[in-house]
Amino acid sequence: MRPQRIRFEDPLALASGAELAGYELVYETYGTLNARRSNAVLICHALNASHHVAGWYADQPDNVGWWDNMVGPGKPVDTNRFFVIGVNNLGSCFGSTGPMSENPLTGRRYGPDFPVVTVEDWVHAQARLADALGIERFAAVMGGSLGGMQALAWSILYPDRVAHCLTIASTPKLSAQNIAFNEVARRAIITDPEFHGGRFYEHGVVPRRGLQVARMIGHITYQSDDTMAERFGRALKRGDYGFSFDVEFEIESYLRYQAEKFSAYFDANTYLLITRALDYFDPSLNCGGDLAAALAPATADFFVASFTTDWRFSPQRSREIVQALLRNRRDVSYAEIEAPHGHDAFLLDDAQYHALVRAYFDRIAARVAAAEAPDAASGASGASGAAGGAAGGTPGASDAPAAASTAGAA
Amino acid sequence: MSAADRSVARADARIDAPHHLRPDLACIAEWVPPESRVLDLGCGDGSLLAHLQTTRQCQGYGVEIDDAAVLSCMRRGVNVIQQNIEAGLGMFGAGQFDLVILSMAIQATHKTEHVLREMSEIGREGIVSFPNFGHWFHAWSILRGRMPVSREMPYQWYDTPNLHLSTIADFEDLLARLRLRVTGRAFLADGRRIAWAPSQRATQAIYRFRRV
Repeated sequence: MRPQRIRFEDPLALASGAELAGYELVYETYGTLNARRSNAVLICHALNASHHVAGWYADQPDNVGWWDNMVGPGKPVDTNRFFVIGVNNLGSCFGSTGPMSENPLTGRRYGPDFPVVTVEDWVHAQARLADALGIERFAAVMGGSLGGMQALAWSILYPDRVAHCLTIASTPKLSAQNIAFNEVARRAIITDPEFHGGRFYEHGVVPRRGLQVARMIGHITYQSDDTMAERFGRALKRGDYGFSFDVEFEIESYLRYQAEKFSAYFDANTYLLITRALDYFDPSLNCGGDLAAALAPATADFFVASFTTDWRFSPQRSREIVQALLRNRRDVSYAEIEAPHGHDAFLLDDAQYHALVRAYFDRIAARVAAAEAPDAASGASGASGAAGGAAGGTPGASDAPAAASTAGAA
Repeated sequence: MSAADRSVARADARIDAPHHLRPDLACIAEWVPPESRVLDLGCGDGSLLAHLQTTRQCQGYGVEIDDAAVLSCMRRGVNVIQQNIEAGLGMFGAGQFDLVILSMAIQATHKTEHVLREMSEIGREGIVSFPNFGHWFHAWSILRGRMPVSREMPYQWYDTPNLHLSTIADFEDLLARLRLRVTGRAFLADGRRIAWAPSQRATQAIYRFRRV
């Protein structure tokens, strides 16, 4: 398994009014697309993740996908049954066109000139990838946190292209407190002297200290008070107080370690862009704040899940989504999962959580199979059903390899 | 129904393995008109909703707090909302459902009046089943000096979840006090419908009601 790259020459009109002349998306796929192309699942990533959802590369056995416990053969999102796509979003720093890419108009890296992108912009870009792969309708679009926002946006923007939508540990919009945390992170980056107005590449430096503080802030919001208390408590690095401002508590050491690791691979401009996309997300904005009205176009079935100790996007925020879906008479299930880990819980192993996702994908697989072979399940309309099934299946089967080779060439 | 819808319904029917409905649930199911929108509070493993979906083409949602029951609903292909009924049903809008069902759970609610009132607001009609505390066996048990333990109330006094037990007459009084009109009654004795002397003979009572 290796990442693939696809280039789009058609300009992409963005929510800001700006336009991206041409762009590239990096993506990975797992499993096999069936003849009817009806078993595709799109996984949307959150702030600091990428297209690398599951598995590992032959030459990098340690580089395991960020949702490998969820996606793979025999996993809750079973790649033996589903064709799963992970795609890196525009503006990211993991291969898709972003601030580190060369701006064709100037010949320099985009840096601060990369347009501000929104969750909706990402979804439109992802839809073009789906077009290129020959996928008209996803069996499911799924994501956690910011990824859940993309799944929600998919259900609104492309209702006919999403059969099931899984929104996990997400929110219909950020609270003032959420935005405040993002702003602290951005200020840390922007006021770092090495930021150079976003043109630090040209100075051969990285605003490492700003990125580190940003990561520390983020990391705190991903965890619960209980997890930190349990894992670190007030434990000291050395047995006693040193009466200094060096690292004294274990939690300080942990945060610094995480921050240093992060600042070595993450792009500062990307951090600004993605936190802004989070801030801006609010599908109800054009409906006078009425989320139910915003979700009115959606036709998908929904699975919404939250985690009891997640204070970043608390269960109450997920309940708002459920409430809006109920008002629209959508089929929706909602699970509030008892987990101690805070927001991060959506990435961790939890028996109940994974069993629920597995059960939901069993349901999706049964529906995919029923649509795949409508004759097999029907008793009365046997002959005509069988004929319809064969006629429907043949062109799909002959088109599928063509779609696959297009993707391979791109 | 389109061919695609039918195949989806069949797919869901396959997930829903054959099962036997609890007698009070079978009785409730008879009261549910086809294609109703149903909210089942404390839906347990989702067997009633699964039955209503496949036999009456209802769109239903269960509300359940227990993890294992929520998972069971998911496996049956039943919509389930994990929520404590008593934390409030504000998530559900007024008049959003044709029927709101609360089976064999009202005796375990803290704010019983509030739950009944909310049910009558969310749905056009409510259905409640409960164990009849007035059953002769319970009286006999108390006369013998023991708290009643029966099939419908299989708990010792010190570990029972039941808080608000009532007789048939008590329940009717409460409905009247809440200005809820009774639109149907059914009484079961050990799972069989009975009509004669239900106050003493019924082990379970089932009421259908709506706002006056």
